Amino acid sequence: MTKAVRLELNGSPVAAVAEGGENLLALLRERLGDTSPKAGCLQGTCGACTVLLDGEPVLACLTLAELADGRRVTTVRGLQDGPRLHPLQEAFMDGFAAQCGFCTPGMLIAAKALLDREPNPTREQVIEAIAGNVCRCTGYTPIVEAILDAARRLAGRRG
Amino acid sequence: MRIRKELFADERDDALRLVGQPVRRQDIEGHVTGRSTFFDDHPVAGLLHLRCVRSSEHHARIRAIDTSAAERTPGVRRILRYADLPKKAHNILTIFNFGIDDEPALADGKVRYRGEPIVAVLAESRRAADEAVAKVRVDYEPLPAVFDVEEALKPGAPLVNEYIGRNWFRYWGDYDCQQIRFGDVEAALRSADLVVEGRYQMSPIEHAPLETNGCIVVPAEDGRFTVYTCTQGLFFSLDNTAAQLKIESNRLHFIGGTVGGGFGGKVDTVVEPLAVLAAMLTGRPVRYVFSRAEEMQVSSPRGAERIYIRDGVMRDGRIVAREITHYHDAGAYSRLSTYGTIKSAAHHPGPYWIPNVRVDSWCVFTNRTPSSAMRGFGVTGGDFALESHMDAVARAIGMDPMELRIKNAYRDGDMKAHRKLTQGAALIECVQVAAELAGWPLSEDARRDSSRVGGGGERARIPPTPIARTRAPAATGTGARAELPRSGTGFAAGEPRRAMTPPPSRTGGTGSPSTRPEPEPRRGEPIRNEPERREPPPEPPRPASGGHGAIRFSSVFGSRRR
Repeated sequence: MTKAVRLELNGSPVAAVAEGGENLLALLRERLGDTSPKAGCLQGTCGACTVLLDGEPVLACLTLAELADGRRVTTVRGLQDGPRLHPLQEAFMDGFAAQCGFCTPGMLIAAKALLDREPNPTREQVIEAIAGNVCRCTGYTPIVEAILDAARRLAGRRG
Repeated sequence: MRIRKELFADERDDALRLVGQPVRRQDIEGHVTGRSTFFDDHPVAGLLHLRCVRSSEHHARIRAIDTSAAERTPGVRRILRYADLPKKAHNILTIFNFGIDDEPALADGKVRYRGEPIVAVLAESRRAADEAVAKVRVDYEPLPAVFDVEEALKPGAPLVNEYIGRNWFRYWGDYDCQQIRFGDVEAALRSADLVVEGRYQMSPIEHAPLETNGCIVVPAEDGRFTVYTCTQGLFFSLDNTAAQLKIESNRLHFIGGTVGGGFGGKVDTVVEPLAVLAAMLTGRPVRYVFSRAEEMQVSSPRGAERIYIRDGVMRDGRIVAREITHYHDAGAYSRLSTYGTIKSAAHHPGPYWIPNVRVDSWCVFTNRTPSSAMRGFGVTGGDFALESHMDAVARAIGMDPMELRIKNAYRDGDMKAHRKLTQGAALIECVQVAAELAGWPLSEDARRDSSRVGGGGERARIPPTPIARTRAPAATGTGARAELPRSGTGFAAGEPRRAMTPPPSRTGGTGSPSTRPEPEPRRGEPIRNEPERREPPPEPPRPASGGHGAIRFSSVFGSRRR
């Protein structure tokens, strides 16, 4: 059983054929060539595969590929605006909020979902937003600080 | 962060232009844009997927393996067995002529821990491979298993690893454990005001890297194999893969360096040899990646360590004797535990000057998951025990724990139990700064103390040392610790003559990726009793370029200047 899936990936229309039961993570990584979402557990516990589906964070490893048909998918590769990095990316770079980098794409997507919803989050809201994203090297403190820093940078951009 | 440059200011010749400054990682832009390439991010067409059938038993003989249903599963291309292995057993340190080849890449007719790979299935899809794995039937004859280091050393305990031939690793040809002898511990314990004993137990700890262990192998037209891998020691794993497959290392091209979390859990080279063998036998690209469940169950964790400490203590706080028995649970195979055990012995008795020291550090085999490198393995467990015990000693004599540490801290010029003179000690200053930052009151004497005073002199001597070698109870058959008569050679039993640099387990230490252990002293070579230097050097030494030993070794080898 295969199914053609058409979706908008980071602003561009794309299409691929998914096997029955195939998850969105495999569709993105193996058929559409976007390897930025990572496979850390394939059981919905680590958050490394987090992507935005119509703006909402979802775990790509637990999302059927065909559910993305006709919808918008955003991965970390869609965060930047041309050569200009997103304030979240800049804040992560400046604040040493990534070490091995494996959790970073999912972490950034979870943070993006938060800032889209709540541009001026409290520390507690930041912690809540990344509660489903596991990091084993960096430690959560610089990540939380970087997300708060990014919120300030975004506010600065808005003037 | 504040750097206390006022400490040892006269010894500094650096301006510390980078320490304390924010510096961007060179790879961080790739990380935040999702363009860093991990091993599994390389697009490879036509992959075969490798999955292992794993033991459900802790210890068992294999009567039969029935793969017929698995072979009939659509998509299955081949099943790898023990008979396919070019080299029947291997250990990753034997490429340095250390240790014993003691582990088959696929079960050799016996399984020694739960989760041990028995056969490997190669299929066109991960799903087909998983389905075939589930159809393999293994007929086990269960054997008694042993899960405790002290149980494993008892006479009559089940023999875990026949390649080793006993449940402990024998060092330097003839030593049942790593042994440090310095002074007369028995006499000092007898004359001490009180003896404080402690038992400390570490749990195994899984690294749980977010990226699981894995690799992708692609055969090239020229007979070589490109291996995309997450190993922490790229050339270490290349050499070990070549050795295990009995091929020239120039047939392997390892590509890696971007590691999704390691912490020591990606040096054992467990995935690459099977995957390259599979690619050799099928001519197809092969992907072998641990599931999360495999990563948690069978990737080698930090070993369980059990540490006994017996201190002879005087009422004024001086520790006059320290006796340590340190057991490392290697699990069923050596991996790097033989080396971790050496590290623990090199670290004891901690950063303290104690005139009588006796250490026995054992590498013990049990039917648990093989343990291996993890962030200061051997040392971290030792420090947990040592510093917990320092607090216990402080409580026992009613002394402030910070003051106790300052009182017993090693100082410049002190002779260590390893026959090295202390240089660049800085424990006292560290305790002083820690107390200050914590608002912990120290006495005037403790606040004014310094690592530069009070050491040397009598404390630089190597005391008369009765040599009593420890033998395994099982080796003697008495069930008790047997001691040989004084040997007359007068050397410190088990003392490694040269400091070993760590193997390339990149766990955040200071070594360079090409750092390798030096070869062990050959059996029969005389072991010197003299210290490296009798006198402290007149000038502070320059920081060594490579350094010997990771930063966790600083209490033995290191200096306060880097």
